[in-house]
Amino acid sequence: MTLRVENLTCWRGKQALFDRLSFTLEPKKLLLVEGSNGCGKTTLLKILAGLRPPTSGLVTWQQTPLDAMTEEYNTHLKWLGHDNGMSRHLSVIENLRINANLFACEAKGIETVLHQIGLKPFQDTLVKHLSAGMKRRLALARLMLGHSSLWILDEPQTSLDKAGVALFESLTSEFLDQGGSVVIASHQPLGIAPNYIQRLNLSACH
Amino acid sequence: MMITHYLHKIASPAAFYLFCGRCLPWLIALFFIVLALGLYGGLVTAPADYQQGDAFRIIYVHVPAAWMSLFIYLVMAINAAVALIWRIKISEVIVVSSAYIGASFTFLALVTGSLWGKPMWGTWWTWDARLTSELVLLFLYFSIIALYNAYEDKRVASKAISILALVGVINIPIIHYSVVWWNTLHQGATVTKLDKPSIHIDMLIPLLEMAFAFNLYYLISLMQRARNEILKREFNSLWVKKLCQESSNE
Amino acid sequence: MADFSFFILMQREFKIASRSVQQFLLPISFFSLVVLLFPLGLNPSPQLLQTIAPGILWVAALLAILLSLDNLFREDYEDGFLELLVLSPRPLALLLAGKVAGQWLIIILPLLLIASLFGIFLGLPNHSLGTLLISLLIGTPCLMLIGAIAAALTVGLQQSSVLITLLLLPLYLPVLIFGSSAVQHASTGLSSNPQLYMLSSLLILTLTLAPLAMSAAIKISLSQ
Repeated sequence: MTLRVENLTCWRGKQALFDRLSFTLEPKKLLLVEGSNGCGKTTLLKILAGLRPPTSGLVTWQQTPLDAMTEEYNTHLKWLGHDNGMSRHLSVIENLRINANLFACEAKGIETVLHQIGLKPFQDTLVKHLSAGMKRRLALARLMLGHSSLWILDEPQTSLDKAGVALFESLTSEFLDQGGSVVIASHQPLGIAPNYIQRLNLSACH
Repeated sequence: MMITHYLHKIASPAAFYLFCGRCLPWLIALFFIVLALGLYGGLVTAPADYQQGDAFRIIYVHVPAAWMSLFIYLVMAINAAVALIWRIKISEVIVVSSAYIGASFTFLALVTGSLWGKPMWGTWWTWDARLTSELVLLFLYFSIIALYNAYEDKRVASKAISILALVGVINIPIIHYSVVWWNTLHQGATVTKLDKPSIHIDMLIPLLEMAFAFNLYYLISLMQRARNEILKREFNSLWVKKLCQESSNE
Repeated sequence: MADFSFFILMQREFKIASRSVQQFLLPISFFSLVVLLFPLGLNPSPQLLQTIAPGILWVAALLAILLSLDNLFREDYEDGFLELLVLSPRPLALLLAGKVAGQWLIIILPLLLIASLFGIFLGLPNHSLGTLLISLLIGTPCLMLIGAIAAALTVGLQQSSVLITLLLLPLYLPVLIFGSSAVQHASTGLSSNPQLYMLSSLLILTLTLAPLAMSAAIKISLSQ
C-alpha cells in the first residue's frame, strides 16, 4: 500500500509549480504538504488523486501507475477537496447514503459515523441549513464510511471549530494507527504525533 | 505497443518541428508551381461552359475549398482520436491548428458558392442541401475554435476539442443526410451543380490540380501553425531554449 | 458493481427535484413562451399556424432542453460532487447516464402534456398528436444525451451558456429535422414511420456513445 511519486513536474501557464518532485509515502505515514498560497498544493493533491495528469513524471500505487488502475485505486482512496461534495438540497443522512452507494460501502455504518462526528441530531436537516463548520464535519464523515487505505485531504480543518479540529485529529491518528496513509495540504498546526509526519514544502521547490 | 512506441518517437515535438522546417521551403515551391498550372488550366485553357459561360470557372476555387472543408474535419477527427487514445502531443496540436484552416476553407466555399449562385440561380443564397450543410459545418468549426479559446489551460483545451471533434465527425454524415432529406421534402428535385458525371477532361485536370494545390496549402499552413503552437507549448524545454539562443546569435 | 450504478444518481436527481418546483416549472414555462412568440410575431391565421406548428413545437422543445442543460452539472461541479463521481470505483459513464436519464424523466412528462396542449391550440389535427408525443419521446433523449456531452465539456467555464448553444445547435439539426418532419407528415395524413425509424436509430447511436463521451468530457473538465 505504498504511494510513490517519481520526478513529478507540473507547469501552470509559464510558471513551474514544482519540478522533479519525488517521494514515497508508506502506510502509517502522513504527508503534510505545506507552502504559501498558489504554490500548487491543490494541484499536487489532484495529481495524486488521479484527477489531473502531471506535465511529466509518474505516480504509482503499489508499483502500478495510476492511470493503469483507476477503478482499483479508487476503491482504496478517499478524497476531500476544497468543496464538500454534498448537495445543498439533500439532508445529512441522504447525502451520506448516496456516498455509501457510490463507494459501495455498507449503509449500516452510517448511524455510527453520524454519532462519532456529532451530527446525529441533525441527520434530517437539509445541508443548506447547516453552518459551514457542520458541513465540513459532514464531509469528514464521508472519510469514515467503509474501508480505505489512503486519504487525500485539501485543507481539511477549514471552518472547523476547536472541537472539530480535535475530532479530525483523533480520527486521522486512528486511521494512521490502523495502517492508513494520509496526504494533507494545510498551513495550520497539526496535532498529530510527529513520528507519523513527513513534511513536504512546495515553496522550496522553485 | 510497438506502434505506440514508434509513434511517440517520430511524433516528438522537437523532431516534428525540425522535420516541418526542412519540408516547408520545398512544399511552398511545389505549391506555387501547382497553383500556377491549375489557374492557367482553369482560367485559360479550359473551354467555357456552354450554359454558364465563364461564370463556371469559380468551381476551380469553390469545389476544392468544399472538398478541403470536409477533408480537414476528417484529418482533425483522426488526430483527435490519436490524441485521446495515445496522448500524442503533435496530434493535439494538429487538431487545433486544423480547426482554423478548416473554418477558413469552409468560409471560402460558402462565399464562392454564394457568388456562383447569383448567375446560376439569380440569388445569392438558396437553401440548397449542400450549401446548408456547408453552413452547418462552418458552425461546427466555430464551436471547436470557441471551446478551445474558452479554456485557460491549452492542453486541457486540446483534449476537450478532441472530444467535440469526434462527436462532430460522427454527426457530419447524419447532418448531411438529414439536410438532404429535408431539402428533397421541401423543394422536390434540386439543381445539383456537378450533375454531369462526364465532366470534360480539359475541365477536370485543372480542377484536380487546384485540389492538389489546396491540399499543399493546407499542409504548409498546418505545418506553420503547428510549429508556432509547439514553440508556445514547449517554451520551457531544452531544445526550444537552444533554438532561441541559436537564432539570437545569428 | 455495474448492476446498480445507473440508478444511484437517477434517484438522487428525483430527490433533489422533489424539493424544488423550479426544475419542473422552468422548462415548460420557457417552452410555452417560445410557442407564444410565433402567433404574436407572425399572424394568428389558423392555416399558417397549422403548417408551421410542428416546427414551432419542436424548436420550442429543443430550446427548453437546451436551457436546462447549462445547469445539468453546474451545481455538482460547484459543490465538489463531480470530483467524487470521478473518484468513485463505479463506472462513471453509467453514473452519468443515470443522472441524465433522471433529468430527462423530470422534464419530459410536463413537456409532453404542455406540448400536446399547444398542439391543439396551434390547430394540429388530432390524429397527429400521437405522432408529436412519440417523436418527442424518442427525440428528446437524444437531445439530452448529446447536450450532456456539451454540458460536461463546458462545466468549468465562464459564459458556458452561450458556448453550449453554439456547440449544440449544429448537432441538434438532424433530430429537429426528423422530429418536426414526422409531425408534419402525420398532420397531412402521410405515414411518419420513416422519420420515427430514423429518430430511433439516432437514439440507439447516442445511447451507446454519449455516456462514454460524457465521462471522458467530465474527466477533462475536472483536470484543470
